Amino acid sequence: MTDDSKDIAVPTPEGVHPQGPGLAGTANKGFPSTQGLTGGNRPVEYSNVEGEPAAEVDPENAPVVREERRGMFGVREGQDTSGYGGLKRSIAFPGATPRPYGGWYDEVVDRLAEATGGDLLERVVVHADELTLHVRREDLPVVMRALRDRPDLRFEMCMSVSGVHFPQQEGAELHVAYHLLSITHGGRRLRVEVTAPDSDPHIPSVVATYPAADWHERETWDMFGVIFDGHPSLTRILMPDDWAGHPQRKDYPLGGIPVEYKGGTVPPPDQRRSYN
Amino acid sequence: MARTHTHTAGVHSTPGADDLAEGHVVNVQGGDWDQEMGELGMNPEERIVLNMGPQHPSTHGVLRLILELDGETVTEARAGIGYLHTGIEKNMEFRTWTQGVTFCTRMDYLTPMFQETAYCLAIEKVLGITADIPERASAIRVLMMELTRVSSHLICLGTGGMEMGATTIMTIGFRERERILSVIENITGLRMNNAYVRPGGVAQDLPHGAIDKIREMIPQVRKGILELDKLLLENPILKGRTKNVGVLSLTGCTALGITGPVLRSTGLPHDLRKLSPYCGYEKYDFDVITRTGADAYDRLVIRIEEMRESLKIIEQVIDELQRNPGETMVADKRIAWPAKLAVGGDGQGNSLDHIREIMGTSMESLIHHFKLVTEGFRVPPGQAYVAIESPKGELGCHVVADGGTRPYRAHFRDPSFNNLQAVAAMCEGGMLADVIVAVASIDPVMGGVDR
Repeated sequence: MTDDSKDIAVPTPEGVHPQGPGLAGTANKGFPSTQGLTGGNRPVEYSNVEGEPAAEVDPENAPVVREERRGMFGVREGQDTSGYGGLKRSIAFPGATPRPYGGWYDEVVDRLAEATGGDLLERVVVHADELTLHVRREDLPVVMRALRDRPDLRFEMCMSVSGVHFPQQEGAELHVAYHLLSITHGGRRLRVEVTAPDSDPHIPSVVATYPAADWHERETWDMFGVIFDGHPSLTRILMPDDWAGHPQRKDYPLGGIPVEYKGGTVPPPDQRRSYN
Repeated sequence: MARTHTHTAGVHSTPGADDLAEGHVVNVQGGDWDQEMGELGMNPEERIVLNMGPQHPSTHGVLRLILELDGETVTEARAGIGYLHTGIEKNMEFRTWTQGVTFCTRMDYLTPMFQETAYCLAIEKVLGITADIPERASAIRVLMMELTRVSSHLICLGTGGMEMGATTIMTIGFRERERILSVIENITGLRMNNAYVRPGGVAQDLPHGAIDKIREMIPQVRKGILELDKLLLENPILKGRTKNVGVLSLTGCTALGITGPVLRSTGLPHDLRKLSPYCGYEKYDFDVITRTGADAYDRLVIRIEEMRESLKIIEQVIDELQRNPGETMVADKRIAWPAKLAVGGDGQGNSLDHIREIMGTSMESLIHHFKLVTEGFRVPPGQAYVAIESPKGELGCHVVADGGTRPYRAHFRDPSFNNLQAVAAMCEGGMLADVIVAVASIDPVMGGVDR
């Protein structure tokens, strides 16, 4: 190697040696050209080129890619001799489920469409035996009120509100999942999921419909920074009132935050005195 | 700046501590209220905002109650939480799926088995292996959960009684709980924070003689429960303190999402073990206890009766466990840890056959063991919410997986967290002393509330 810049392997998008000469350039000069060979015919020692796509999936029902990851074992850049830096993986969550959904799911989705005067659902996902209704945030209050009040829906309890942060999913970084329970209909459960972009983290509050969501929404605000419009008193609940930042977000580190107590400051663990 | 008072026994001012508070700031540490206030030149009938807690012996740990008083009547009550927030959910995102068990078991420290089971059931649901969990593993989970339910209820009654001044109730409660904890210790190795339930099954089978120990324990605990029953239920002082105190109607419970004994005290037989059975609860014969008074007394009666029902379930489970030996971990080698630990002659857990294999014959086994233990198994992208009936109500676990070896997000819907929202509805309009009874009837554990 004469060219120093070659030492820094820049991860390439198409596998380890996408445009490489294959085994050409080794001692065997007479080795035939490998250009144009694909898949199993490629005499490359290792390949992570993805196989042919299996069955054609209706684009409407395609999995939802929420993140693309590069590298593995922390090997991403710098002097990567392992090849792991070139690995790529897309985080694809289950996409919309085609009808029939099975069980009581179809009926609930139909009744909900009737009650809200049209299909307000972005997407219906049935995965792991659970029904998830993806709703645009502006439709959330209408959908929740219908789910609670219609006798044939009657999800009378909102058990949990839980935030999830997908920093790579542009325009929908913040997810909030509401878990509803219908005791009237023998323990039916469903999940309503809404998203909001990081740049405009507003979601309408459902406290007017489900008073139980009060503290859960406060927790989600505290931990993720989702602002629930219309909440009676959206204040921090677990962290101190004057805390900066929202700890459960993915861009918030685990540890390394200086802690202040009554004027005294405790430095983060990595800046304390070391004993070695 | 607050005007502060200094001097006098029992009453201390706190200059500078609450610079932002308006009006008088006074620390009260016991004594007669009227007399204490009189000494400070304050009218005892004056409207007062009282901070009860976060350090107060009768608020079950670090619960802070902010009470607005008119004389001794509570006109407004709010609960302040967060003093025990330890970031368990955040920490779980930095550990493997299996290691997560050791974190979530520490949330509600009186019901460790329930968090473990809810978490493992949620993982198994995302993995799609719920049906593959061996029956024996599910039965052991039920056994451990019901043992824990009895011990949790005993603490609830014991500390609840102590807060009303009945220390004998407390000593009996802790004495009986100790019997159960020694059984749990015999099985898992630890009294609390067990990390015994694992994704795919349980850490190991019951040790030799465990079932005999349980059979020996049941009549003793049953006798202890009877003692509690006799001390509590017909006690006129206790009835006077708890009847029609902390009332919350069915409508209130539904609106506020209240579950557990509080909901059952309104007459609704809502129990997830019956409504949507998990871990094979449909196999066991037990009753859902309900009452219709919707007050603190009925919740107490429900807890006593529920302990008896739990002992009934335990008897059925140990009969079943004795009849049906079998695997306690899912067969899939990608999830089940390869070592089968057994206690050796030296008292240490070990797996000699497995060590012989990985050190002597199979390099691949060694690699597999190493990868599975250090890196962990992968869970495909997706999410699941699993709810189980903890002693305090619905314990939900929402896990989100991203295809990696660690939870992308693990959220616990702790029953106490939700149920504490009822403090305002239960306490406002009542007397100050009733606040303590009402909070005790919710049975909050701050480790679970704040996580």
